[in-house]
Amino acid sequence: MSEDIYREMILDHYRNPRNKGKIEEPDVRIHDSNPLCGDEISIDLKIEGDTIKDVKFDGRGCAISQASASMLTEMVSNKPLTTIKDITKNDILENIGLTNLGPARIKCALLSLKVLKLGMIKFYTDKDPNSAEKLKEESKVF
Amino acid sequence: MQALLDVYKIKQDFPILKRKLRNGKKLIYLDNAATTQKPKQVIDAICKYYSEYNSNIHRAVYQIAEEATEEYEKTRLNIQRFINARHSEEIIFTRNTTESINLIAYAWGKNNIKKGDKIILTEFEHHSNIVPWQMLSNEKGAKINYTDTNDNGYLNLETFSKFLKDEEDTKLVSLSHMSNVLGTINPAREIIKIAHEKKVPVVIDGAQSVPHMHTDVQDLDCDFLAFSAHKMLGPTGVGILYVKKEILEQMPPFITGGDMIREVHKDNTVFNDLPYRFEGGTPNIADVIGFNVAIDYLKRIGMKNVRDHETELIKYLYNSIKDIKGIKIYGPERVMDRGGLVTFNLEGIHPHDCATILDDFGIAIRSGHHCAQVLMEKLDIIASSRASIYIYNTKEEIDIFVDALNHVRRIFKV
Repeated sequence: MSEDIYREMILDHYRNPRNKGKIEEPDVRIHDSNPLCGDEISIDLKIEGDTIKDVKFDGRGCAISQASASMLTEMVSNKPLTTIKDITKNDILENIGLTNLGPARIKCALLSLKVLKLGMIKFYTDKDPNSAEKLKEESKVF
Repeated sequence: MQALLDVYKIKQDFPILKRKLRNGKKLIYLDNAATTQKPKQVIDAICKYYSEYNSNIHRAVYQIAEEATEEYEKTRLNIQRFINARHSEEIIFTRNTTESINLIAYAWGKNNIKKGDKIILTEFEHHSNIVPWQMLSNEKGAKINYTDTNDNGYLNLETFSKFLKDEEDTKLVSLSHMSNVLGTINPAREIIKIAHEKKVPVVIDGAQSVPHMHTDVQDLDCDFLAFSAHKMLGPTGVGILYVKKEILEQMPPFITGGDMIREVHKDNTVFNDLPYRFEGGTPNIADVIGFNVAIDYLKRIGMKNVRDHETELIKYLYNSIKDIKGIKIYGPERVMDRGGLVTFNLEGIHPHDCATILDDFGIAIRSGHHCAQVLMEKLDIIASSRASIYIYNTKEEIDIFVDALNHVRRIFKV
């Protein structure tokens, strides 16, 4: 039931998104959209050494996609960049407390993770173009 | 006042409207602009074909093949009468409206659009009436001019006339009779008249209009008309393309292969007569036969009654939601200028969230860009919610829908 979806935590992150905006001179900027509903997410990363020093997201979309992006930025802030590789779909769904989403809405919840993973891959492949395939495989981009 | 149609009796014909959804709710189906439900008569006809006379059409000489051919061709004749076409060979079966429009773009466009030519579309076309023309224009070096709309969702006829007047090389006009987002019913007859004064042929995308109102191709005088069976009680996988015979006779085939030929030799082929020349390969026999029953169903009700029922119901819907705080309704305020749909946004609530919450009530509405991203850009929104009705919808269902919208606002505390 939708009351289970639209709980206070989701609505709070939707209305007061954390880390929303853009980073000036980001080390990575990546953007993607959900063709079904037009939800858009872009993510900026500032990397120092191997650590995500700053992360910001921007976008428009439904409560689930925007709240999920907001929570994801909190999840990875100040963490090693490689941790992004290991984040799974279930991690996200558990993090936002929505493990029962239907197939149509699950894409909303996972859009920001997809963008973040693509951002990490972009960061490494800019340095070493040959690493793309391996990284894609390891990070299970969907 | 006597009801225009006996909706409760009609409802009995639709098995899906009796089913219970996961939380025990009955289905309130308000996504009819996407596809309509099918009455049991249509389902039975398809079942009967497969159970009793399944065979390939047009060639075999045994009994069941003759029966199948006869039933298949009956649908063509029924469509001819339904849209008042002069000749039955002006009716071509495709898979859907999209394929019908592609057929025009490939078969007619190939020979008639050249470098520097112009095609006039409108800003509110469905992607299916934009992308084929973009592909054609890119290939040929032609240009698309988009007629704009005013804030109330009406087509700007001045821009349209100006395009026709100023741009000598306009070779085609293509527009939807009714917008699938704004609901606007366009003055197709008038537009066709203006275009014909300049000898420019007109394609009418009738996907949203033919299922909901009386359509007369001779009165409209359109050169092409495309529509889909599944949006008018029929099965999926059947599209219709009407083309004026004199144009059709000049068109090269689109899909080539079996059934569309008269003679095939190693080096050359003689194509079949109209309309078979445009129906290559084994067609969707079962569903074409099913569609015949859908047309009969609509004819029994009467298209005027369908339209009157929808006008009354959409007026009720419009008036029930227009004062909801934070609602923005797109398209004409005058219900007479609108087909059976209302597209809206609730401030601060994304349409997908709205649709998810309505789903709890058993209400099916569409949310998203409705395959009209050019229009979405113009309206400066990424998405919207759309409720669209048909012959089986009732005022009681609209009341539940309005209550549910208020529930959405309570959840989002707006």
